[in-house]
Amino acid sequence: MANGTTPILEMRGITKTFPGVKALSDVTLGVARGEVHAICGENGAGKSTLMKVLSGVYPHGSYDGDIVFEGETCRFKTTRDSEERGIVIIHQELALSPYLSIAENIFLGNERARGGVINWAQTNKQAADLLARVGLDESPDTRIQDIGVGKQQLVEIAKALSKKVKLLILDEPTAALNDEDSAHLLDLIRHLKGQGITSIIISHKLNEIAAIADSTTIIRDGQSIETMDMHGAVPVSEDRIIRAMVGRDLENRYPAHTPTIGEEVLRIENWTVHHPADHSRVVVDSADLNVRGGEIVGIAGLMGAGRTELAMSIFGRSWGADISGKLFLHGKPVSIKTVDAAIEHGIAYATEDRKHYGLNLIDDIKRNTSAAKLQRITSGGVVDSGREVVMAEQFRKDMKTKANSVDVVVGKLSGGNQQKVVLAKWLFAEPEVLILDEPTRGIDVGAKYEIYEIINKLADSGKAVIVISSELPELLGICDRIYAMSQGRITGQLPRAEASQESLMRYMTMEKSGATR
Amino acid sequence: MSATTTLEQPKAQPEPSKSNDGGSLKAYLGQNIQQYGMIAVLLLIIAAFQWSTDGLMLNPDNIAALIQQNAYVFVLTIGMVMVIVAGHIDLSVGSVVAFVGGICAVMITDFELSWPVAVAISIVIGGLVGCWQGFWVAYAGIPAFIVTLGGMLLFRGLAIVVLEQTIAGLPSGFNDISNGSLPAAGYVGNLDAVTLFIGVFAFAGLTIAQIRARRELTKLDLRTEPFAAFAGKLVLSALAIGAITYLLASSAGGTPIVLVIVGVLVLIYTFLMNNTIFGRHIYAMGGNLPAAMLSGVKTKRVNFLIFVNMGLLAGVAAVITTSRAGAGIAAAGTNYELDAIAAAFIGGTSVNGGIGKITGAITGALIMGVLNMGLSIMGTDPAYQQVIKGLVLIAAVALDILNKRRGK
Repeated sequence: MANGTTPILEMRGITKTFPGVKALSDVTLGVARGEVHAICGENGAGKSTLMKVLSGVYPHGSYDGDIVFEGETCRFKTTRDSEERGIVIIHQELALSPYLSIAENIFLGNERARGGVINWAQTNKQAADLLARVGLDESPDTRIQDIGVGKQQLVEIAKALSKKVKLLILDEPTAALNDEDSAHLLDLIRHLKGQGITSIIISHKLNEIAAIADSTTIIRDGQSIETMDMHGAVPVSEDRIIRAMVGRDLENRYPAHTPTIGEEVLRIENWTVHHPADHSRVVVDSADLNVRGGEIVGIAGLMGAGRTELAMSIFGRSWGADISGKLFLHGKPVSIKTVDAAIEHGIAYATEDRKHYGLNLIDDIKRNTSAAKLQRITSGGVVDSGREVVMAEQFRKDMKTKANSVDVVVGKLSGGNQQKVVLAKWLFAEPEVLILDEPTRGIDVGAKYEIYEIINKLADSGKAVIVISSELPELLGICDRIYAMSQGRITGQLPRAEASQESLMRYMTMEKSGATR
Repeated sequence: MSATTTLEQPKAQPEPSKSNDGGSLKAYLGQNIQQYGMIAVLLLIIAAFQWSTDGLMLNPDNIAALIQQNAYVFVLTIGMVMVIVAGHIDLSVGSVVAFVGGICAVMITDFELSWPVAVAISIVIGGLVGCWQGFWVAYAGIPAFIVTLGGMLLFRGLAIVVLEQTIAGLPSGFNDISNGSLPAAGYVGNLDAVTLFIGVFAFAGLTIAQIRARRELTKLDLRTEPFAAFAGKLVLSALAIGAITYLLASSAGGTPIVLVIVGVLVLIYTFLMNNTIFGRHIYAMGGNLPAAMLSGVKTKRVNFLIFVNMGLLAGVAAVITTSRAGAGIAAAGTNYELDAIAAAFIGGTSVNGGIGKITGAITGALIMGVLNMGLSIMGTDPAYQQVIKGLVLIAAVALDILNKRRGK
């Protein structure tokens, strides 16, 4: 709309209610043909609901308002209806079958077949053409599980192209990608734009939006707030977008914090970890690292640098094989071989993948909160459920977790609130060292700020905090000291004052000297 | 988002009072429809049979028989719920019942052990069988489906080896476990005094426990169920306990001994699942195994113990089955695993693990038991009995899934 060209899509007065909740209220969205249109909003603002309305996940009749696509009012009953019109949505959680080949996945549900018999030659030929279009250099018969997330994302796009897509919707496409893959994906979206494909991109990454979007619509509390022309006379700043998303001024994205740093709590020396499936592969190579009470230490690194592997190997050897090196707590060497021993010694690790490794999604907030240290509320083998509720409730209030009570099932919470439950779970375990792996991944700006505040509070209470993050501004914003990792080695460490994105990136891309691999 | 307003809210402000008591009764029932749905189904089935058998269904002696005939399912399904909640399955329990039952009969007759000693050893042997299966599942990492499918063949074979022929003529004390009743100690009118005492005791215990739990919640300033629901639950359980007590007290024998055994096991295991670390860890593992591991749950040990426990309960079921038949029979326990699994699923246990209750599974077992008995009284062809039971299993789980979908 911003360009004044004809709209390909208009959504007017969309209202969608769930029992007891108004998820969308009179939302208007106009997308011009051939543009990249970004949708921004906090988690739970209603972006995904809006896209589900558009793609027919919520059938016509379950919402109010009109969808006009290419000048025609549409009444989609299923996602198939919308796909037939050329609207394809790629969800945040990729919907690929891991044991099938790339070609099979591309044509899944849309098989190249005659009379029910698959034409393999055609399948593979067309798949190869599509892969070339998305710039993926893999054989069509490679299995999905053998390629990385970045490439899987490209397969999803190839699949969309196979359906003659006119409007491509990408929900957080780069959330799980590293910088290189993200850049490639954004290039591809631009390239597709050149071929006349319109895209809607939902993203939390404001620099991406600035780089790629032609216009941006802000959704807040189920309402469309405004649509901004990204190429207008006045450039749209990131702060401008944040203000519209949050509905208040956010002067600083990172809370100010003056650390009170005490004695060393954890130190590792010469820490080496091998790959559990391939013992000859060194994943963490003679790492030295320490963290003091009250200190927030960051670990920066590109994908595959070994950050998560390092953290999990420290956390009761929960990852890796043939782990060697020394681990000291308060200057004393300790041997920690199991997760429960690690928890017992006051080490906590909050995973980067809260859905698969962090939470029991079918259980409620209180039981998730107490899960890592039930002994704390147990006497004589009996769990005191009254105390459990009281303590979980206290954490819920302290962290401002948005839920009616601690009896709410965790799977129903938004990402930011789930992350708060993960933090509550590990605070409940009363650790001295808290390792937070990507603590703000997939979380909106407002909730991120709250998470940073919690992290600061933890440090102020004397805990030693290690933060692993792929977002360098985040590390620079909250850490007192930052380690950089590359290819399993710790290649450098910088105090906050001396660190910059450029200096960190230099260490993060440092090749191993001498030995070539 | 109104972050600023939530920020400034005083911390001490209590929750709105209506969420503490009050809360609408309708909303409460809506939330708990799954929990009470199966009980309603059970009552409906009983009512339907009561009507179609002209009142024969709720004949006092039938109620006692219902409990005695199904005691093995109750015992097995307790262990099965735990196995399924943890994300496994056990296909071997029927064969284990035959194997352990056979050993029990041999110990009493051939080795001339006194029956209480034989019973104790049998339960221990059940536990050892559980150790064997638990080892393969927990420490060798073989899927339980495979291990217990193997166990199903293995222990059926061993049962035939142990029992070359059916061993009958077991002592009457032993046979009384499943066929006898608690000794009479007088009558009130024509009602058995011991049964009346147990009924009153059970109701008093339940009421006191409920009131204490509610008082505890109120004291902690936490949400409680609406008073009407609380009172309604107490009245309904009073009616249920009253009805069962009356029926049993006017039956020929009074309280069946197995009812006491089952009752004690249900109490112990409900407590174990709800209020101990072991129970919590089972739910945590079934809900998300990797997350449980990363929370410090010793998953191997818990898996091992779950199967040891299943073995122990299979030992108890073996004693009950052998006692009921009055003989050690190599073909005993056939399809018992399916009865236990069906009861667990009808009772709301999730096929994917992580969700399930002992009381639910007992309700499931009762539904199957009542169907068996009702259809038998009506003289339904056994072939059709199976057809009906199969349909009920599917319908129950379908109902449960539809309910959950609607809840979303």
